[in-house]
Amino acid sequence: MQRIVSIISTRIFQLLIMILILSFVTFLLMKVTPGDPIRAILKVDDVVVTTADEEKLRQEYGFDEPIFVQYGKWIWGVAQLDLGESLISNRPVLDMILNRLPATAALSLGGLVALLLISVPLGIIGALYKGRWPDYLSRWTAILGASIPSFWLGLLLIYFFSLKLNLLPVMGKGTLAHYILPSITLGIAMAPIYIRLLRERLIATMQSTFIEAARARGIRKERILVFHALRGSLIPLVTMFGLSIGSLLGGVTVIEILFSWPGMGELIVTSVMQRDYPVIQGYIIIVGFLVVLSNLAVDLLYLIINPQINQEKESV
Amino acid sequence: MDTVLTKSTALVRNPNMLGGIILAVFLAGVMFLGGALVPYDPFKIDMGNRLQEASTLHWLGTDQLGRDIFSRIVFGAKLTIGLGMLAIFMAVCIGVPIGLISGYIGGRMDAFFMRIIDGILTFPDFILAIAIAGILGPSLTNIVIAIVLVRWIVYARVVRGLVLSEKEKEYVLVSKTSFSSPIKTIRLHLLPHVMPDIIVMAAIDVGKVILLISALSYIGLGAQPPIPEWGAMLNDGQGYFQVKPSLMVYPGLAIMVTVLCCNLLGDGLKSHFDIRKGRQEL
Repeated sequence: MQRIVSIISTRIFQLLIMILILSFVTFLLMKVTPGDPIRAILKVDDVVVTTADEEKLRQEYGFDEPIFVQYGKWIWGVAQLDLGESLISNRPVLDMILNRLPATAALSLGGLVALLLISVPLGIIGALYKGRWPDYLSRWTAILGASIPSFWLGLLLIYFFSLKLNLLPVMGKGTLAHYILPSITLGIAMAPIYIRLLRERLIATMQSTFIEAARARGIRKERILVFHALRGSLIPLVTMFGLSIGSLLGGVTVIEILFSWPGMGELIVTSVMQRDYPVIQGYIIIVGFLVVLSNLAVDLLYLIINPQINQEKESV
Repeated sequence: MDTVLTKSTALVRNPNMLGGIILAVFLAGVMFLGGALVPYDPFKIDMGNRLQEASTLHWLGTDQLGRDIFSRIVFGAKLTIGLGMLAIFMAVCIGVPIGLISGYIGGRMDAFFMRIIDGILTFPDFILAIAIAGILGPSLTNIVIAIVLVRWIVYARVVRGLVLSEKEKEYVLVSKTSFSSPIKTIRLHLLPHVMPDIIVMAAIDVGKVILLISALSYIGLGAQPPIPEWGAMLNDGQGYFQVKPSLMVYPGLAIMVTVLCCNLLGDGLKSHFDIRKGRQEL
């Protein structure tokens, strides 16, 4: 129990530090860069404005106050779950981001399915035929997968499957068919580390004594691998996934832009283009929160899977 | 001489390393000789010759503004690869000294800084780069700044870990107690120790950063047209992919070959230096 409390408090501390630093740095950068959000707002309305109008708006948004006061006010709002309002649409930032969350989550889930369908078979093949051509196939897929730009892969997939073969929709989100191409792109982009990890794990497990015992009993190698070794190797895979939620959220951004997927990534890029600062700030907070939450989940999962190890650690 | 020879044959015998070296020589050739070899000005617009197919005049055809695609890709090599290497070089120059000093001094200050760094490191660097690049305004320079701001932390973290595991060893203690200055101890003993790790990391990182720069340019936050950065070329030509797929194929292929080269070199160097697995991949 004590252990759980300490894990949770460490992660909460990490979250606070991360949010404070990142939001302050971005806040500072916003203030020192030449781009003027007030001008940007006024440009949207497209009417003739005077400097007096500009001043008035500046006061309204509190942009005339010293930077520390502005930051303090903003972070006080965050503590009360108020991320401010968009400069462009005047809608609450939290609502805007949370509205986009389901689409991103759905795409990530699709990517996860694709990831499993790609990396598990390739990892098994690599371990089973170690040093022979299927192993080279699996290793080269991993190396090429790590080298290919995901947006380019997506473009190629769109070109072949949507434009040439006319099999799948080009972009947007509607039917299940819309999920196929973005999910595959995301899955391939994430697959390389998992293929390698699974292959190495399986090879290591296959050399352990309990596997040898099973082989001595005359069980076939393939059977051992799938029913015994694989189960033990899935735990590090799950851990890995929990820890790579961050890179998933990063990777999904490009794919959302590419496929016009109405998720959080698309929102942040649009907001960045429009210099909609409150949305950028809010997005950093939400992403930080999601990442720390998933790390916490991994910590706790570890604790459940492996209570002895943790007790040992504690007693040392 | 003999040892150099055996060392280099051992390097070449590793197939990944060999592939990486061949690609690296090829890319370096394109980077340094490319400017002299390209048949056309990569910026010259020629509306009479737009969207030409590949021919003896235009080896890879022309784009929507009649610019020679081959010339643009060759010109872009210098830009894309050069910026990737520059960004990592700067990140190394900032991160490594900080990591060395923090690890060497140790204590509470070090623990405090590393807590903060760990906090920042869990945040996805791509999103941070988008935010920073977006705030500073879309341009290649700002992208490089954003990447350096994000990446130096990783080097500081890794180097600090290596120093911590090394600094209690005898040879460092001897140097410490023999009245050498801390700077001398760090430079003569700790820096050479962390060098192989930094080289391997940097080799792989250049590839990662090229992917990052091109992705940011592709979504419009990096190089702006008419700059022939490969990601920006993909963004630029997007409306014409259906009529002219080569606009899409070659810039992406160029990125892939370059990143592949970095990954192969990194893998090869890793086994050459015998760097153990299990060190955190960041």
